Amino acid sequence: MVRARLKPGDVIDGFLIEEIAHNGGMARIWTVSRPDIDFPILMKVPVLGEGDDPAAIVGFEMEQMILPRLFGPHVPRFVANGDFSTLPYIVMERLPGASLYPLLERLPLPPEEVVALGAKIAAALDSLHRQHVVHLDLKPSNVMFRDSGEAVLIDYGLARHIHLPDLMDEQFRLPYGTAPYMAPEQVLGTRSDFRSDLFALGVLLYFFATGERPFGDPQRLKGLKRRLWRDPLPPRARNAAIPPALQEIILRCLEVNPAWRYPSAAQLALDLQDLSSVKLTARAEKMKRDPLSMVLRRRFNPVPIETVRPQTAEAQLANAPIVAVAIDLAASTPDLAEAMHRTVARILENTPDARIACINVLKINRIAIDTSLDEEGRNKHVLRLVELRSWSTGLPAPGGGITFHVLEAVSPADAILEYARENYVDHIVMGARAESTMRSMLGSVSGEVAAHAPCTVTVVRNRQRPD
Amino acid sequence: MLLAILSDIHANREAFEAVLAMAEAAGAERFVLLGDIVGYGADPQWCADRAMALADAGAIVLRGNHDDAVGNPSVSMNPVATMALEWTRRQLGPQARAFLAALPLEAQDGECLFVHADASAPHDWNYVLDAEDAARHLSASHARVGFCGHVHRQALYCTAPGGKVTHFRPVAATPVPLLPQRRWLAVMGAVGQPRDGNPAAAFGLYDTHSAELSFQRAVYDVEGAARKILAAGLPAVLAERLAEGR
Repeated sequence: MVRARLKPGDVIDGFLIEEIAHNGGMARIWTVSRPDIDFPILMKVPVLGEGDDPAAIVGFEMEQMILPRLFGPHVPRFVANGDFSTLPYIVMERLPGASLYPLLERLPLPPEEVVALGAKIAAALDSLHRQHVVHLDLKPSNVMFRDSGEAVLIDYGLARHIHLPDLMDEQFRLPYGTAPYMAPEQVLGTRSDFRSDLFALGVLLYFFATGERPFGDPQRLKGLKRRLWRDPLPPRARNAAIPPALQEIILRCLEVNPAWRYPSAAQLALDLQDLSSVKLTARAEKMKRDPLSMVLRRRFNPVPIETVRPQTAEAQLANAPIVAVAIDLAASTPDLAEAMHRTVARILENTPDARIACINVLKINRIAIDTSLDEEGRNKHVLRLVELRSWSTGLPAPGGGITFHVLEAVSPADAILEYARENYVDHIVMGARAESTMRSMLGSVSGEVAAHAPCTVTVVRNRQRPD
Repeated sequence: MLLAILSDIHANREAFEAVLAMAEAAGAERFVLLGDIVGYGADPQWCADRAMALADAGAIVLRGNHDDAVGNPSVSMNPVATMALEWTRRQLGPQARAFLAALPLEAQDGECLFVHADASAPHDWNYVLDAEDAARHLSASHARVGFCGHVHRQALYCTAPGGKVTHFRPVAATPVPLLPQRRWLAVMGAVGQPRDGNPAAAFGLYDTHSAELSFQRAVYDVEGAARKILAAGLPAVLAERLAEGR
C-alpha cells in the first residue's frame, strides 16, 4: 500500500488538498475542492500504520461501503471513494458548523433545548433506519446540523447495513462502540438491532439534561456490563427542572431490554415533538435508583434481552408502524364506524407495536380566522376530542400507545396529508364518504388522500347490501 | 464488464430462458455457467444446446457433477437422481454428450475463479454449506473472488488476511461491494431447482469494474416446467419441489 503523505496543494484524483481540518487517531480530515463540485467537501484519510488497531481499517472499509448507499438530508452527501491499493479516502460533503461536542462545555441544557435536539436526532435515526442502517456509534461528536435545521449523523465506521455483510461481526472478540453510549445488547455483541441507537440517544439526552453520563465512562468490559443490571439515577433526581414526560422518554430509551424501549425512532420522535402526548408510567415519577435487593436479584437473574437477528431486524421495525385513523364523525354511519373499528383492530393484531393517532378534521371556513378561539370553537374542539375517545373504546391497546388530535383546517384532505407528512405516518385508515350528492359535488376526500399520501392508505367502505 | 453467473440449470428450460432474458435486460456482457446444465429437468437437450451456443459466443461453461455423470456410468447418486440421470442419458445426442464430457471443472478470469463445487477438490463435489467449507475453498485458491454453485442456496463468504471466514445471507437485488482488501466466495444458488423456499430462479450479476455483486431472482413458468417433468415420466417429486423451491 502506498502511504502518501498529503500536503496542501496536492491533487489526488482531481481533488485539490486545501488544509487539514482534523487530525484524529483513526483518520485525518482535509478540506478539499474539485471544480465540478459546487458544495463544500472534505476528504477523510485513514491513519494506517503497523500495529494499528485492525478495527480502524475495518471501520474505514465499512464507511466506504455504507456511505455511498445513504441518501437524504440526515447524512453527509457522498462524493467519492479512493482505492485502497493506492490511497484510501472518502470524499463527502462538509457540513457547516460544529458537532454537538462543544456543547458538553455548557451542560446541563434547559429541558426544552434537550427535547428539541432529541426530536431532530430521532428524526435522523428514523431516516437512517429506513435505509437499513444501524449507526451503533451515536454520540455528541457524531451529530451535526444543516443550516436548514436537520440533524446529520456522521461517521459510519461502526455502522451496520442490514442488507450487506458485516465485516465487524465475528472479526473481533470485543464489542466496539463508545463506552458511555453503548446499548447492553451491543456490549454483548449484537450489531443488528435498530433499538441500540435509541439507547445511545437516551444516554445523550440524559447527559445533556443533567450534565452527567448515566453509566459513567467505563474503560473495561466489566464496567461496560454494569449497565445490564445497575440502573442510573433518575434524571429528575439530578435536575428538578426536567419534566416527568422527558424523564419517561429518557428512561424508556435506557431500558436494558430492547423490547421495552420505543419500538422505532419515529415513535420516539413523535413523543419528543409533543411531550403532552407522552404516556406517563412509573418511570416518570421515579426519584431514586432501584433498591439494592432488586439490583442484586438482577445481577444473578438478569433482565431478558429480547434482541433481533439481522434477518428479523426489519420485521421488528415494521411491527411498529404509526397509523393515523382519520375519523369523520359527522358523515359516518354506524356500519361504517364498526367497519373502521374492525380494520384498526386487525392492524393492531398484525402489528402489535403500532402507535395509533386518531384524527378528526374540524372544518373552518377561512384560514387565519379566530373563531376557533371563541367559546363556541373551543367547545367544538373539546367535544370532538371526547367523540374520538369514545370512538376508540374497545380497541385493543396498541403497544405504541394511542393519541387523539383535532385538526382545524379548510381542506380535510390537505390536513390529513400534512399530518401524515409531519408525523412519520406509515399508514392512513379512513372511511369512504357515502354515495351522495356531496361526494359528487365536492369530490372524495379519501380519493385525494390516497392519491397524494406519502404512505399506505386503507379506505374502508361497506359493501352494499343487496336490495 | 458485467458478468451474469448462472449455476445448476438442471435442464429447466423455462428457468434458464427467464434468467437469460433478465440478465440481458440488465446489460450482462458475458455469461458464466457454473455447471449442472442437465439432470432433474425435462429439457436436457435444449439446455445443452443453449449452453453450447453461449460457449461459442464466449461464455465460460463448466462441468458439474450431473453433467459429469452423464458420461460416467460408475457414478452413484440417490435413487431419484439416478432415475433422472438414466432418462437424461437417453435424451442427449452424441454432440451434447461430448460437449458436457469435455467441459472444464474450473476456470479463472482475472481475479475471479469459477468452479461448480469448491476449489479444494473440484472433482470431489464437496458442498460449501458453512464458513468452515468456505475456508477450505479459500485456502486452496489464490483468486480474490470465487464463484461456485452445487448447493442450490445463495450465500456469500468473506475473509480478511488472517481473519475468520464470515457468512452472509444475501438480500436479493442489493449490490454488495466485494471489497478489494478481502477475499470472497459467492455461492450462486440454482437457476433450475432453488431449494431456499423461494421458487424463483437464482443467479448473480457481477460488475468486474466496481466489484459489486448482486444476487438476483427471476420468476419463471414453474407450472410449465413441472408439467413437462411429469409428462416425461420423471419422478413426480422433481416437479412438485419446483413450485415450493425446496
